[in-house]
Amino acid sequence: MVFKGSLRRLRAVALKEVRQLSRDRVTFGMIVGVPLLQIMLFGYAINFDVRHLSTVVQDEANTSMSRELIAQLRATQVVDVRYMANSSAELDRLLREGRASMAVVIPRDFERRLQSDTRPVLQILVDGSQPSLSGVAAGLANLPLLTRHGIGPYAGGKRMAPRRVEVRTLYNPEKRTAVQIVPALIGVILSMTMVLFTSGAIVRERERGNLELLIATPLGGLELMVGKLLPYVGIGLIQTTIILIVGSLLFNVPVVGSFLELYVAALLFIAASLGLGLFVSTLAQTQFQAFQLAFVTMLPSILLSGFMFPFEGMPRLVQWIAEVLPLTHFNVIIRGVMLRGAELPELWPQVAKLVLFIAVMLLIAVARFKKRLD
Amino acid sequence: MSVAAISARQLTRKFGAKVAVDHIDLDIPSGRIYGFLGPNGSGKSTTLRMLCGMLLPSDGHAEVFGLSVVRDAEAIRRRLGYMPQKFSLWEDLTADENLQFIADLYGLSGNVAGRIAEQRATYNLESLRKQRAGTMSGGQKQRLALAAATLHSPELLLLDEPTSAVDPQSRRDFWERLFQLADEGATILVSTHYMDEAERCHGLAILAEGRLVAEGTPRDLMAGVDADIFEIEGADGSDAPRLIRELPWVHGVTQLGLRLRVLVDRGAVDAESKLRGLLDTHGIRATIARSQASLEDVFVVATRREKNGV
Repeated sequence: MVFKGSLRRLRAVALKEVRQLSRDRVTFGMIVGVPLLQIMLFGYAINFDVRHLSTVVQDEANTSMSRELIAQLRATQVVDVRYMANSSAELDRLLREGRASMAVVIPRDFERRLQSDTRPVLQILVDGSQPSLSGVAAGLANLPLLTRHGIGPYAGGKRMAPRRVEVRTLYNPEKRTAVQIVPALIGVILSMTMVLFTSGAIVRERERGNLELLIATPLGGLELMVGKLLPYVGIGLIQTTIILIVGSLLFNVPVVGSFLELYVAALLFIAASLGLGLFVSTLAQTQFQAFQLAFVTMLPSILLSGFMFPFEGMPRLVQWIAEVLPLTHFNVIIRGVMLRGAELPELWPQVAKLVLFIAVMLLIAVARFKKRLD
Repeated sequence: MSVAAISARQLTRKFGAKVAVDHIDLDIPSGRIYGFLGPNGSGKSTTLRMLCGMLLPSDGHAEVFGLSVVRDAEAIRRRLGYMPQKFSLWEDLTADENLQFIADLYGLSGNVAGRIAEQRATYNLESLRKQRAGTMSGGQKQRLALAAATLHSPELLLLDEPTSAVDPQSRRDFWERLFQLADEGATILVSTHYMDEAERCHGLAILAEGRLVAEGTPRDLMAGVDADIFEIEGADGSDAPRLIRELPWVHGVTQLGLRLRVLVDRGAVDAESKLRGLLDTHGIRATIARSQASLEDVFVVATRREKNGV
């Protein structure tokens, strides 16, 4: 009897929240718009691969082999050979002016150096002011070495095998970044929308004066909170689906593991993010404060969770902070399930940490929420 | 006399150093409309909030239906309807949706739709069923709020300045409704700063700066007012108000159209002839007559005494 009444209140709060959400066009648009916008933006923009680098080549050798090398460089599409420099002064100028980001110098004795073990065959100059270009240069620098280790084509003086200079073999294949990014994006997008939506949830009722009426009714604190959160669980699952579909259609991101486990993991993370939002909601007095607090939790999540930088490279203290963030654990789980086909039991430490996080957040939120105004 | 619905002893609430409610004793009988009359900041809202368990008393205690407002707040809430000063239903929900939500919160059983329809008819909400509360007028909102507060047929209604945002006709209708509810057996505690509303209450407590300065039926309060009232006619446009105010035994002077209403300390000897003397000395030709005390006079005397610390 008590349970039935409680369930009815829970359902009533959830229904009310859904109705309010469906009438708030901006928020409703954000539910679909935010994940779409962000996956497009991040999926395309966060790209550790570099293509079409403006490049200047100074060919001092000017032999058939050096010309062939240039042709192969062009074929990689990593570099666009836009300029041919006649002197090192001209080459320097193009780099300095920023018209070229990379320069390839083919020495006069290029062919002889190819045979020798000691001297570099090529000199590659990279604009160090741009991040992630040096990786490309490192890749390109491998190119002659690789071909030389391939021996056959050059020893015989035959044409270079096109496969030897193909970008894919030298760099992370083009798709790899998206494959890494999209699973992590599920977590990032969910934590943005979930924490942001719920952080204002209780505060909004307070600000609009509804809370004063609510606490005069038999509605319990836990009923109010869980009831308010339930619709967002559904929204989170919708967003997850949007990201998976877009990830699959636009970025060819596969789901190696099972969909069921993927959604269970997403559900856990949604609950954790909602718990965090709720906790924020009980700290803040106004919606503005709630949003600020939500942002405070969001930036570390994005920067420290292993989404942007490898977790292993962080200082110990920062690792501890990252351990508290649910996104850190979710990233491990989701990459495992989506890309490596791992099963949730194999990832139990992360799963356990997420469950613990949810429990702690909900407990704190309920304990902090009193049916009083003071 | 029926048993007290509310009783409070030395009920006190402090916010930091400020004492919002200062050791109030209350005994409010059931089945009556009881009013809290007082200016803004006199502690009306704070008292109501303590009675429905929303604020903890800093000192003293209160009981509603014999239950402690601190320990048994949940049990009290089920039998109580509360209407906050500010419209607190959901503005983006329709009238029907708001009522349904409240019905679910109170766990109304049986024919819920029928009960809601009943309330709609009683509070003239039929045409507003599908209208969102945010787009309603002040009077419509207030009817909806009262319909929601009385949906679960509470034994006690706490209304915090319920008519502050509505037109006179809506106020009249509202009060008629309150009397019907009281006839049906509900106890109603209503705060107001309108004298005409206060006068309609069965019982009245006048609050000033957190203290209960007068209590009783409006009639008893008016009869027992500690002042004599004189009305002076024909002194308009003269210096009379200022001159009279300076007299130490005068509580206050109010201008009512062409008349001056003067509240005089009951202890003052020969007040009428002294007033006449004052007017004569200044060549003001006016008539002076005794008058009945109004509730406003009671209020002025009670709050003035409070200010003077008598």
